[in-house]
Parts: sequence; structure tokens; C-alpha cells
Amino acid sequence: MSPTATKSKNPLLPKERIKVPRQSMPEQPAEVRAHNFEEVNLGFSPELAQQEALRCLECAKPTCTDNCPVGIDVKDFVQKIVIGDFLGAAAKVREANVLPAITGRVCPQEDQCEGKCLLSKKVKPLGIGYLERFVADYEQRMGTNIIPHAEPTGKKVAVVGSGPSGLTVAGDLIQKGHKVCVFEALHEIGGVLVYGIPEFRLPKQIVREQIDYMRKMGVEFETDVVVGRTVTIDELLEKEGYDAVFIGTGAGLPQFMNIPGEHLNGVYSANEFLTRINLMKAYKFPVYDEPMLDLHGKDVAVIGGGNTALDAIRSALRLGARKAYVIYRRSETEMPARAEEAHHARQEGIDFQMLTAPVEFLSDGKGWLTGARCVRMELGEPDASGRRRPVPIQGSEFELPLSVAVIAIGTSANPIVQSTTPGLETNKRGYIQASEETQRTSRKGVFAGGDIVTGSATVILAMGAGRRAANSIHEYLTTGVW
Amino acid sequence: MFKIIHAQFLAPGIKRFVIEAPRIASKQQPGQFVILRIYEEGERIPVTIENSDPVKGTINIVVQSAGKTTHLLNTLETGDSILDVVGPLGKPSEIRNYGTVVVVGGGVGTAMAYPTAAALKRAGNRVISIVGARNKELVILEREMRNVSDALLITTDDGSYADKGFVTDKLKQLIQNGTRIDLVVAVGPIVMMKAVSELTRRENIHTVVSLNPIMIDGTGMCGGCRVLIDGKSEFACVDGPEFDGHKVNFEVLVQRNAMYRDAEQRSMDEFRARTKSAAGAPISGNTGQKWGTPVPQGEAR
Repeated sequence: MSPTATKSKNPLLPKERIKVPRQSMPEQPAEVRAHNFEEVNLGFSPELAQQEALRCLECAKPTCTDNCPVGIDVKDFVQKIVIGDFLGAAAKVREANVLPAITGRVCPQEDQCEGKCLLSKKVKPLGIGYLERFVADYEQRMGTNIIPHAEPTGKKVAVVGSGPSGLTVAGDLIQKGHKVCVFEALHEIGGVLVYGIPEFRLPKQIVREQIDYMRKMGVEFETDVVVGRTVTIDELLEKEGYDAVFIGTGAGLPQFMNIPGEHLNGVYSANEFLTRINLMKAYKFPVYDEPMLDLHGKDVAVIGGGNTALDAIRSALRLGARKAYVIYRRSETEMPARAEEAHHARQEGIDFQMLTAPVEFLSDGKGWLTGARCVRMELGEPDASGRRRPVPIQGSEFELPLSVAVIAIGTSANPIVQSTTPGLETNKRGYIQASEETQRTSRKGVFAGGDIVTGSATVILAMGAGRRAANSIHEYLTTGVW
Repeated sequence: MFKIIHAQFLAPGIKRFVIEAPRIASKQQPGQFVILRIYEEGERIPVTIENSDPVKGTINIVVQSAGKTTHLLNTLETGDSILDVVGPLGKPSEIRNYGTVVVVGGGVGTAMAYPTAAALKRAGNRVISIVGARNKELVILEREMRNVSDALLITTDDGSYADKGFVTDKLKQLIQNGTRIDLVVAVGPIVMMKAVSELTRRENIHTVVSLNPIMIDGTGMCGGCRVLIDGKSEFACVDGPEFDGHKVNFEVLVQRNAMYRDAEQRSMDEFRARTKSAAGAPISGNTGQKWGTPVPQGEAR
């Protein structure tokens, strides 16, 4: 296919397109949404979508696609929106991305497609994420068409973990004619999409619809299976007849700061806090049985500056917290969270305590948290990550009264699969070693991708790894060459 | 859904379930546990595996009524189902020939100690087992423990069966009698494991305890089961559940296990009120439609 063979369907000249303002995403008012778990962003109408789509400059060399981990043909799908072919646009997105309704909501577009949009040199970039979400939701409402499969190959692939990378591998491989079974340790399919990301940012109904779509395509799912414990990788390959295995077990155990008081009641890891809320619906206690601490009228802080941190503190706010702080040791510029989330959090009244770090959690003497002793920081020379290193300011210590603190400073590798799979090589941090191009591991027929290879990253980077793995698994299954 | 092939009370409030779970049955090793969720609105709780039959594809779990979920579980009967059972979780017990091993089981902890005692016996150890319970009725698995032990000592708190006293009294006697002990394995209430560990620390006898912190996923994701071992955070689900008893901070474990006491009490009260007022009505907080498990017909309800 030659990308620019067809004439543009866009009635506007490039210089006119630049004058069209970026369309704003309709959203729930901040003061309303701060008290509910419904989605913040409401989505584009067809009119808004078409208006936004008009802004695309249709670059001869679309850097947006180059900068998309799964390589969505942005220019083509946006053109289809311009002419009102929304289902065609959705199909185009699906060629590269099996979870468009999810990535349209949670991708850090400013670092990916939109970050490289030519428009952003002069004005705001094209709202690619908003448009992706629009076509995915439109398709869902109209009834999705199942993409036809290739002829069955007779090969069988086991996917370990049903998060973003595993679902991508499953979706891609089923289309190539392979049988796919996805094993999930938890009782729900979706991994971080269901236990980690809250309803107000990614409604679980959306995740369920995407999973249902994959079931219709023929992907099988088995829950309550902890690969490494319930069944090993070797057993999948040798006893259960799988021709290849993809490991996408995701981010692992939460890290702690190792400061005094971390074991007090009231100190949560973000994974536990979010799992109680999202997966176990603890906020609906006692209708649901899983409890959590009552946050009504309480002061809550999250430690960390990533998406997980913001998800946790915005959840706390919705659960009735009186004060909700983000404590982050660098400045807002260095925060790894999506820009839109930080913006939404501020609108909702989250108190950003930047350049601040806790040094001790304080106790009531009976094992319960009462606050955090914090220190202010300033930024020094750049560290290994290239970001300026935060340095404590002498004499700046202060106490912040808190009932609940949520620690969201990252995770370390989950050891279960690695420790039960002989010959599977890991790096010194315990993550699985896999080729960056093929996602192959040190074991024949075993591939890995996502956070279990890279450490905590984003949904779309995990999906990118899933896509590369699917291509490389397909190649391995068809050629037999390792 | 996991089908209950057989359900039977071993003692008042302590029930054994034989559950169809072929994958788990083929993998279970001593020291491991499962996490289960009874119905859609249910919580996930860790439960002891007492035994498994890889040929029949079944596992035995032993459950003591404590909070709402365990009470509800113990109303289930043969033919009922459990929505989710996942495992076997945790690192298996380290089984080798140590020499002489004392296996201490307190209350329902005896069910977790039993497979470890059996495996230690098979590995050639001299196994002395001590089983403690509050009273005669609560002594469980006596026959099973006797079969895998060179000697079995039993204590009850009230003296209604065997010797009156605590498991630590028996352990102390063994030590005083000059019995050479190479390893102590203790599974039971936190206070018991703590008392055993304090006793053996003085005697410099290596001691392994099996910890039971609050847990959600049990697979190394949420970090809820963190315990303080030698001043460092470790996770019972992937680093344990067995730890060196001399390194465990039991106070922190007790304190963290009490984190949801109010909520647990509220759940339990509502459960009691419901089971009293409306026999036969679903126990789930929601309507009957969402109730994922066949409503049990047991007399307990």
C-alpha cells in the first residue's frame, strides 16, 4: 500500500487546519467527579471527532505512527473519521491494536504519538488519543465486527498473564490462526487493567467488552492459575502440548522506602490499596466482603509521582478523604504520570506537595499511623536516570498529620515464574531477560514481554512488546527455527 | 467453580472439605496453602491444605470458623461449589533429614503441620509431634498425626483430654529431658508460635513457623501480606509462609492482623443477624441473583 496515493479527503488546506483549535474533551465537572467513581472523560461526539480529525496535517512521513509502540496507522484512521467512516477507522486501528478503547484512555499520548505530532511545533498536537477512544467506543456501540482469522495452523500458544501484553499477544496470534489460551492468577481477566487502574479512568465495563471481543475471536481464558505454582512453564510445553509460551506476568511486589513506621496500620502499598478498591470492590463494603479502612474525613497521602500514585490518591478523594496529598520528591516537571491525570487531579483538589519526601511514619503508640515526618528537597545534579537528583534541605523537616499513607514508589520483579523455570535467565534485578526485537528468552519456545522484562512501565509499552512477541512467536511456529 | 466432593466437621467449628482441583492436587507440597473466594462479592482468604490426592485430583482443606467468610464456608456441604480456589501458594516446607524434628500443631494449625510432619517422617527424620488444643473436642487429626510421628504428645488448655497445659510445656519437658532436637516446626496461633520461638531461641534450636498475615492476591502482587523479618519487609505469599521463628516480629504481625477488626466484626454481626432471621436467604450482601454458589442446605443455617 502506498500511503499517500489517494488524494486527501480533508476539505481544509494545511494552513487552515492549523487554525482549527484542538477540541476539548467533555468531562464531568471536577467538583462532581471528586465524589464518584464514574469516568472523568465523557468522550467525543461524532461532530467533535470530525472537527478534531480535520486538524491532521497528513504528513508524508507520519512521525506519530513511528512513535507508537504498536504502530497504529494514525493518518489513515483519522482520514476515515474526516469522511465519517467511523467503523472503517476502528478497523484500521484494530489492525495494529487489539485494545483501542483501553489505550485511547490510558496511553501517555504526550510521550508517544502526540508528542511527535507536527502540529505541536506551532499549536497543540492532534488529539489522537481522544480520536482513538472515539472510534473504539463507536464501534462497540454499533456492534463490533470480528476480524476474520487466518487458516488454523494447528499450533497452540500459552499466554501467562492477562494484562496488556498478554492480551495483545493473544489477540494477534489468534488472528494468525493459532490456538491461544491465556492463564490468569487472579479471578478476573485483565491484570493491571482490572486491579490497578480505577473505574474513573478506565471503566471495567470497557475492559470486559474488550475481553468478550477476544473470546468471540476464539481466545480461551483460564483464571485461578498461578503459572509457576499451579502449573509450570515446562509442564505447559511438555505435558499440555503448547508449542510456545509467552510470559507477561507484569509488575511485581511493591517496593517500600525502608523508613521507620512503614509497618503501621494505615500504611498501604499502592497495589494493595488499589486492589482492594478495584478488584475486590472494598469501597462497597459490606455488600462486598473485602474491607478497607474508612477514609471519610481522613487525611490521606500518596508517596510517589506516577500514574499509580495519582490513581490511588484520586480514589482516596472519592472515598471521602478530607485532605488528599501527593508527596513527590522531585518537581511536577519530573512526575512520570500522564499530564492529563495530573491536570485532572489538581482540578479535583488534590494537594501537590512537590519536592518533599517522608523520612518517618508516626504512630499513636498503638500501632496506628498518625502522620509523616517529611523533609523538603531541592534538585541537584542529574542522576543516572537523567533527571535532577533531589537533595534534602537541611532543617526543613515538618510533620504532616495523616490517617492513611499509600506508598507508590514502584515495584520489583515477581519471582514465581523465574524461580520455577530452569534455564530462564534473569537480569540482576530479577526481571526476565528477553531480546528487545523478538522478545525471545533464554529458553527455546519461551517469550516474555511487558513489565516482567522492563520493570514498571506503561500499558502501551507492554502492548508494543506483546506485538513484537506475537510476530516473533508466529515466525517461530511457522519456521520452527529458534 | 470448584466442586466440594465431601465435607465433614472434624471438631466444632472446624471442617474438612475435599475439593475437586486437579491442577492444585498434582502440585501441592507440604507447607503450601490456597486462596479461595466463595462467591462473587466474597473476599479472598488463605486456607490451609491438609492433604491432596493427585490421582483423584482432589485437595483437602481444613477451615476453622472465625469471621464471616469462614463461617459461611463451613455452611457449605458435599455437592456445593466454591467460586475460586487458587494455589498451591507459598514456598513448600524445606524437607530433608535433619535428625530429630519436633512438629508443633496448635488448634487448626495442626492441619498445616500434618503434611509437613508426614514428609519429614518420609525423609527419615525422627518426628516428635506435639498437638495442642483448647479442649478435647478441638483436638483434630490425632490419628493422622500419630501415624506419621515416632511420638505424639497432646495437651489441652483445660485438661479435658490428655495433659493439661500448653504445647510449650511439652517442648520444655523434651528439652529438659535432654532430647536432642535439630529442628522445631510450629504452626498455630501467633501467640503459640511466638512462645515456641522464644523458648527455642534460648536453647538455640532452629525453629520454623508458618505465618498467616492478611493476604489478598497471594501471588506476589499486592504486598498486603508483608511481615517484618529480621527488621526487613518480606512477603508471606512468595518469601514464606514459613520463616525463621527467631527472626519474626510477632508484635507487628498481631498488630497488622487486627487492622480490620471493626469491619470484620461488622461483617460477622450482619452474617449472624441474617442467618438467624432468614434461614434459606442468601448470605451475600447482595441479591440472590449475584450469589455465585448454590445456597447450602446445611443445618448450621
